[in-house]
Amino acid sequence: MRDPEKSSELEETAPPGLPSFQEIRRILEERVEGLRLEFIPNPAAPDQSSFCVPTEFALETARILRDDPRFALDFCSNVTGVDWLDQTVEETILHRETTDEGERTIKEIVRRRRPGFLEAVYHLYSMRARRGPLVIRQRTANRIDRVRVASLTPIWRSAEFQEREVYDLFGVRFEGHPDLRRILMWDEFKDYPMRKDYVEPDDYEYEPTPQGEAAAKARRHYPYGGAR
Amino acid sequence: MSRQTEGQQFASALGMGNASPEGPRGDSPVLPPPAGPLYEAKPKPGSARAAEGETLEVAVGPHHPSTHGVFRMDVVLDGERIISLKPRFGYLHRNHEKLCEGGTYLMAIPYTDRLDYFCSLTNNWAYVLAVEKLAGVEAPERAEYLRVITAELTRLLNHSCLVGFLLQDMGAMGTPLMYAFREREKLVDLFEELTGARMMCNYMRFGGCRTDASAGWLERTRRVVDDFPRFLDEFEDLLTSNEILLARTQGVGKLSAELAINAGVTGPMLRASGVAYDIRKAAPYGIYERFAFRVPVGEHGDVYDRYMIRMLEMRESVRILKQALKEIPEGPVLNPKARRRNFRPPVGEAYGRLEAPKGELGFYLISDGSPRPYRFRIRAPSFINLTILEDMCLGHTLQDAVIILGSVDIVMGEVDR
Repeated sequence: MRDPEKSSELEETAPPGLPSFQEIRRILEERVEGLRLEFIPNPAAPDQSSFCVPTEFALETARILRDDPRFALDFCSNVTGVDWLDQTVEETILHRETTDEGERTIKEIVRRRRPGFLEAVYHLYSMRARRGPLVIRQRTANRIDRVRVASLTPIWRSAEFQEREVYDLFGVRFEGHPDLRRILMWDEFKDYPMRKDYVEPDDYEYEPTPQGEAAAKARRHYPYGGAR
Repeated sequence: MSRQTEGQQFASALGMGNASPEGPRGDSPVLPPPAGPLYEAKPKPGSARAAEGETLEVAVGPHHPSTHGVFRMDVVLDGERIISLKPRFGYLHRNHEKLCEGGTYLMAIPYTDRLDYFCSLTNNWAYVLAVEKLAGVEAPERAEYLRVITAELTRLLNHSCLVGFLLQDMGAMGTPLMYAFREREKLVDLFEELTGARMMCNYMRFGGCRTDASAGWLERTRRVVDDFPRFLDEFEDLLTSNEILLARTQGVGKLSAELAINAGVTGPMLRASGVAYDIRKAAPYGIYERFAFRVPVGEHGDVYDRYMIRMLEMRESVRILKQALKEIPEGPVLNPKARRRNFRPPVGEAYGRLEAPKGELGFYLISDGSPRPYRFRIRAPSFINLTILEDMCLGHTLQDAVIILGSVDIVMGEVDR
């Protein structure tokens, strides 16, 4: 689904009040040594496209976004998690080929398996300069054991409870968070309920007139008709 | 243990029990009075404070009249002063986001009513705004006016009730809250006539509003809006210069502008700290740029400023309402091109936000092209405004913590989602 031509076109758009995505990438990559940002185009709302920031540079990048007057993004409005399962993605790759008739571009569609990962998404605004949102994301290496990303709570305090919520419901671990505990679920709870492959515990309570899904559950728990 | 009850023990400890060394029935001796107080007091192990005194841990809530729902504060007190306060919530958690990911985009609208159940109309609008951004749908002119009118009526309702509850927390039992609820009654009657429901309005749709307002409804709304400043004057006469209110709120729960911005505090809380940031002005949505209104800003960031900001905001809301009710045009209220059933927005994501009465309410949606949202996220203002509850309460007494919490304006339906 990712079309490189369209992607670079979208990179020329700008988030409200800020320089274009290309310019933002240039500024950030210049200031942080070794940083490579991945542009994530958003065809539905191009001004809300985003950058994926590698975890090891996230804190430094966030500090620049907050303190550099070109951005001055002092307000982190929204922090959330997204769970992406393993999926097959189609990518269009452009080849340039020189033949006898001249140069031509060949489009090739490649299917590849993308392993699943968890994502933390941050929506940044500037209260003083009234601009934004600039959306940045961090991705974990997988969904099982390498689920660490950098906590941005040291930069924006508003991420404190929201990162706790992402940890609670998605199981993303935020390195450097001052107080990473469950926030909505109880401490003894084991699983992460917002994950796409979450299975509800099989805790059936007797219902006198079960309907639909509850009826199937009732048959499983009371194959001979139960207490009726 | 002997058959003597705890009450008798306690009575004897106070010197009120039977004076004879024998028990009441003569079968058990009276126990010596307890050495310490009857509550649990622990010195903090290994801390310098252990030498000075003892700390007391109190769990305020989950069922406490001042916690505005099932909310708990784990407070550590040193004498009367709070030295630590940890908010605990989630008692009302029903995984709203997962519920909405399981249904279509349309099916999520009634669920949004149940977030902040005082302000169902602004919740509807915030969600619809995000979907409209995602799918590129526009609402007709009359619908935009109706949205502004209902949203501002909601703000009047929320702020007047909040002030009532805040006074209730201060011990003004009944009167201010009853005055506020008398006005709320008029407003929910209007909602009932327009939408069919008093609280769970389920009114907005992608590309407009569900039903049109009759000429009679607009006339009745005009009358309620015209009468509202009289109620505000009455309310302010009662409260604004009230000696008890001044003594309890001034200088209590101060929040600096820097911390407020950094902690993502929004809404009247933020403006009371002196930051003039109102999304209706900073990033206008709907048709707000057409109306003339001011953004009240506080100076001290204490509880009194938060109270005052809400009073002033109600007057500005009345101003917006008067303009909107004068200018509202005739026309359709639903965009016929916008689909509601079988609605599949394009692949992508959108974040839509607006100035709800409690602060910035945002919805973040990711679409994978199917009829159900892949990700449905609610940025709840009262949840994030709680982040700095501890910072505001440190050093104050427990009775101040109660009104500081009251001035944050939380609704647990929204905090726990």
